[in-house]
Amino acid sequence: MNEIREDAAAPAPRAGRGGVDWHDPVLKARLAIRKRRERRLRLFGLLAVVFAFAMLGILVASLVRTGAPAFTQTHVTLRVHLDPKRIPPDNINRGNYRAVIKQAVLALFPEVKNRRKQREIVKIVSKGAPWILRDMVAANPDLVGRTITVDLPVSDPFDQLYKGLIDRSTPEAHRRLKDEAISRFDSLVARGLVRAKFNTYLFTNPDSRFPEIAGLGGAIMGSFYALLTCFVLSFPIGIAAAIWLEEFAPRNRLTDFVEININNLAAVPSVVFGLLGLAVFLGWFDLPRSAPFVGGMVLALMTLPTIIIATRTALKAVPPSIREAALGLGASRQQVVFDHVLPLAMPGILTGTIIGLAQALGETAPLLLIGMNAFITAIPDSPFAAATALPTQIYIWADSPERGFVSRTSAAILVLLGFLVLMNAVAIWLRQRTERRW
Amino acid sequence: MLASALVVILIASALGYWWNRRAAQALLEAGCHPHSTPRYHGLYAFLLVAVPSFLFLVFWLAFEGPIIDAVILAQLPDEVARQLDENGRRLLLSEIDALAVGRVFKEAEPWKHALAAERQRLEILADRALLGLVTLLAGAILLHARRRVSAAFRARQRAERIVSGIMIASALVAILTTLGIVASLMAEALRFFHKVPVAEFLFGLRWEPQIAIRADQVAGQGAFGWIPVLVGTLLITVIALVVAVPVGLLSAIYLNEFASPRFRRLAKPVLEILAGVPTIVYGFFAVLTVAPALRAAGVALGIPVSPNTALAAGSVMGIMLIPFISSFADDALSAVPRTLRDGSLALGATRGETMLKVLFPSAIPGIVGGVLLAVSRAIGETMIVVMAAGIIAKLTFNPLDSVTTVTVQIVTLLIGDTEFDNPKTLAAFALGLMLFLITLGINVVALKVVRRYRELYD
Amino acid sequence: MQDNAATEAKTADTATGGSGAARARVTLGAAGRETERPVKIAARNVNVWYGDTHAIKDVSIDILDKTVTAFIGPSGCGKSTFLRCFNRMNDTIETARVKGEIRLDGEDIYAPEQDPVLLRARVGMVFQKPNPFPKSIYDNVAYGPRIHGLARNRAELDEIVETSLRRAALWDEVKDRLDDMGTGLSGGQQQRLCIARAIATSPEVLLMDEPASALDPIATAQIEELIYELREQYSVVIVTHSMQQAARVSEKTAFFHLGELVEFGDTGQIFTNPRDPRTESYITGRIG
Repeated sequence: MNEIREDAAAPAPRAGRGGVDWHDPVLKARLAIRKRRERRLRLFGLLAVVFAFAMLGILVASLVRTGAPAFTQTHVTLRVHLDPKRIPPDNINRGNYRAVIKQAVLALFPEVKNRRKQREIVKIVSKGAPWILRDMVAANPDLVGRTITVDLPVSDPFDQLYKGLIDRSTPEAHRRLKDEAISRFDSLVARGLVRAKFNTYLFTNPDSRFPEIAGLGGAIMGSFYALLTCFVLSFPIGIAAAIWLEEFAPRNRLTDFVEININNLAAVPSVVFGLLGLAVFLGWFDLPRSAPFVGGMVLALMTLPTIIIATRTALKAVPPSIREAALGLGASRQQVVFDHVLPLAMPGILTGTIIGLAQALGETAPLLLIGMNAFITAIPDSPFAAATALPTQIYIWADSPERGFVSRTSAAILVLLGFLVLMNAVAIWLRQRTERRW
Repeated sequence: MLASALVVILIASALGYWWNRRAAQALLEAGCHPHSTPRYHGLYAFLLVAVPSFLFLVFWLAFEGPIIDAVILAQLPDEVARQLDENGRRLLLSEIDALAVGRVFKEAEPWKHALAAERQRLEILADRALLGLVTLLAGAILLHARRRVSAAFRARQRAERIVSGIMIASALVAILTTLGIVASLMAEALRFFHKVPVAEFLFGLRWEPQIAIRADQVAGQGAFGWIPVLVGTLLITVIALVVAVPVGLLSAIYLNEFASPRFRRLAKPVLEILAGVPTIVYGFFAVLTVAPALRAAGVALGIPVSPNTALAAGSVMGIMLIPFISSFADDALSAVPRTLRDGSLALGATRGETMLKVLFPSAIPGIVGGVLLAVSRAIGETMIVVMAAGIIAKLTFNPLDSVTTVTVQIVTLLIGDTEFDNPKTLAAFALGLMLFLITLGINVVALKVVRRYRELYD
Repeated sequence: MQDNAATEAKTADTATGGSGAARARVTLGAAGRETERPVKIAARNVNVWYGDTHAIKDVSIDILDKTVTAFIGPSGCGKSTFLRCFNRMNDTIETARVKGEIRLDGEDIYAPEQDPVLLRARVGMVFQKPNPFPKSIYDNVAYGPRIHGLARNRAELDEIVETSLRRAALWDEVKDRLDDMGTGLSGGQQQRLCIARAIATSPEVLLMDEPASALDPIATAQIEELIYELREQYSVVIVTHSMQQAARVSEKTAFFHLGELVEFGDTGQIFTNPRDPRTESYITGRIG
């Protein structure tokens, strides 16, 4: 028929002069190998994606597994007699709440008379319990003189025991709780006096040496003040810088340099910003250590490039026709930008800003260097008060030896991730709601 | 005080806006044709009041503290002043400061109490002076601005010029930040090099910044040769890249070429989540899960594994970098024109061959830029290694051993109370300078490569 | 081939509304080639959808061997889409669906056992924009033979590369710089390189999707000359929006409008004596 058909009898596939017999077994075999190679590449690719997914899964799973217990706290129900002799009604804050609680605990075990054993028994209740009681009485002074039933947190080892995190089968010598303590606690459980309650302390309390009453309240406020400072500084400065660079700056060596400089700044390691904050803000300007305000300033410098880049992208996306239309009506260049271009670019700018702030919220190293890893047991009342932030609090707790802090660290990470998910969700929502196609 | 000064500035500016606007409005109604609309007359007054007053406020706050300190120091009793060094002065000042706000830790000498009272008096004085001066300044500018309202006054141009100034100043903040980084690192590093020779720092093989334990150690001051720290950093970086580069590139290839659109829609956000996880979380993950798992594996295989191995820190850092490399490679692959892909497929290449022989090689420059940025991230990454790597600098290439990194040393040397003339503290700045220079070099090259790649296919 | 003969008559009917079987095997006088040429590709009732858009509506056509066939029509009429059915390039677009029957030498190319990879080696394609790979000129041409394993050694590969470049009329211009990047050539040279790359796998059909639309007039003339010569060995299908080009290079012309094949016949007849009023409007410049 034609020469392609005639060539079909050729022994090996040949190309160039005539044609190729595509039904040749050699070619068929080769094709099979090629297909196999492709399938292998595909499989490896899929495995790589699955590996990344699995790592995220393991990360979240191990955090949830270790962090979940921290969302409840074991409490013991005590009948406390608020003896006016121990708690002078005219000076409630100076009352001896420890003694009151000790009395209430010992009343549960009237058979124990030995002083040393009594001291052991008192350890069931958290060392922070007296302050909780004091706050209750301070809120309601009429309680003095009465006998009230209160749920007070148990100390960390018993909390662990109740949550099943202490293995009872370990030899007594290697266990933090001796058999006797365990059996006493079990008797309390049997009497229905022990309950696990949702751990509100985790969200409201400041840091503490005692894991059972340590909370993220101070860290959350510290992060809030730092982010607020960061936003107040970086948002206007970032937008102003981006507008100038995108809309007004002449194209010359200097603006080129500014641009390269901003891109580089976005890739400078965060710890270097920490060094800058330490040397300049603390060393030269003598600003207070551990203050969220200083942390916020450092974070603002880090967030600035992100906001500038996001703003420029958003400004670029506004079609030139809008600028030309406004210019054609006799508006000045600034009027065009501020009245027409900027409002249209705002959703993109806000999305970029939220993402930048989310990054800032998780940033740890620069805050460590300016001292936001101090042990602070008060919730900061201003951006200038010493405070920790969420990530630095995680760092502190991760370094603490008490068992209770392991689960609290995971819980704190889950809280941090929760905030991040929330912020990113807002950013995505904003992007989708206002997505515009020109 | 800061708040009330800010309120004064705000009120004065608003007043200026309202006043000038009304004056311009009156001109308009009187039949004149002012050059600018009343709104711009108002804006001009607002900016003219707000900007200088605010700058004055910032300026004042920056110098108030040091000036008060200087006044207090000048009043020190002579015999105390003579025996104080820089550090002693600093300590004394903070003690007086604490006394002034009523925090008393130990009984203080009467002259300290006197100085504390003096300090309190000065601070109140300074606050009042600030408020008064700000009010005066804002008021004066207010009057000046009001007098300029006239039909011929080009308020819009003036206001726009001020706005331009604000925008330029904002753009300069980025430059100032870089300058600040370079200046602060250089200054402290130079002080360090006065105490430790540059050559010893750059080529020394021992890094023992803690106080000397044995008498035969260099000058009893520890040793400051950064080579072991650098080697540790590079070891962890290499481990991280060994994990991140293949996994990241393969997943980019899969997502770019083989994945169904539905899978892509699912996978991209998951990778974004992975990229958005703060590094401290990865650090805790390394300590909580990966390191124990490695140890268990080591025990099972009979290999001694240190509790904070380079392998644990490096592999977790690799996991952190996977989404970074993957999304960078994905973007680079997507930037390769579709026509090349069509051209290869039309020649009878399989999708795999098209990817490996045409798309991937074409995207190499962009991918290399991304990998370089990942390297710079790995070198500068702090929290993962602070939590999962060691503190002791050991010159080793064994991934199962414990090593330390530049960033770990910076953090451990500076955490806690910092004194600025201790070689220990200053060493951190010298390391910071090296870190900055290395990452800067990599970033400049990487950004240039990426930029050129984008231009190639635009 | 027998089943084809039967359907051919039908196509000719539907396509041209003419009198049928007589036209199935065409004798072309215009080009001075008094040979009878067999049908290379037979398409029957082909429909293509892009998502919800019905891009090609029930098109049937016969493409003859060793002939240049031009697809013309206003932009968006579906001519490129239809062309991409012949080597199943539409498979690479997620949303595209193809229905109907296309036979290459009697083999159904959309049959499940057909491998698009092999098909595309047999049906080469040249694109609108020159798309040489960012590799050397040599590697560009050798790409196809290498992946398909068509050369047993370097000498054979060299021979294939040289033959292909010669046939693409590029050999003399590049023989001294085969190691230079293909992307460094001029636009017209790049397109000829792409043609050389396509013929290196010894295809039977060459599909060209507006191959000269991105080139200057001189390069266009070179490409057109090349196409005219290529028809000696290949069945060439060219999509063009330039009627002059179609008139210059093709022997058969198909006119597409809104996804339909309006008219198919000898180029001379289409341009001088169109049967369909729509064709006439297009030729005379009233649509498009």
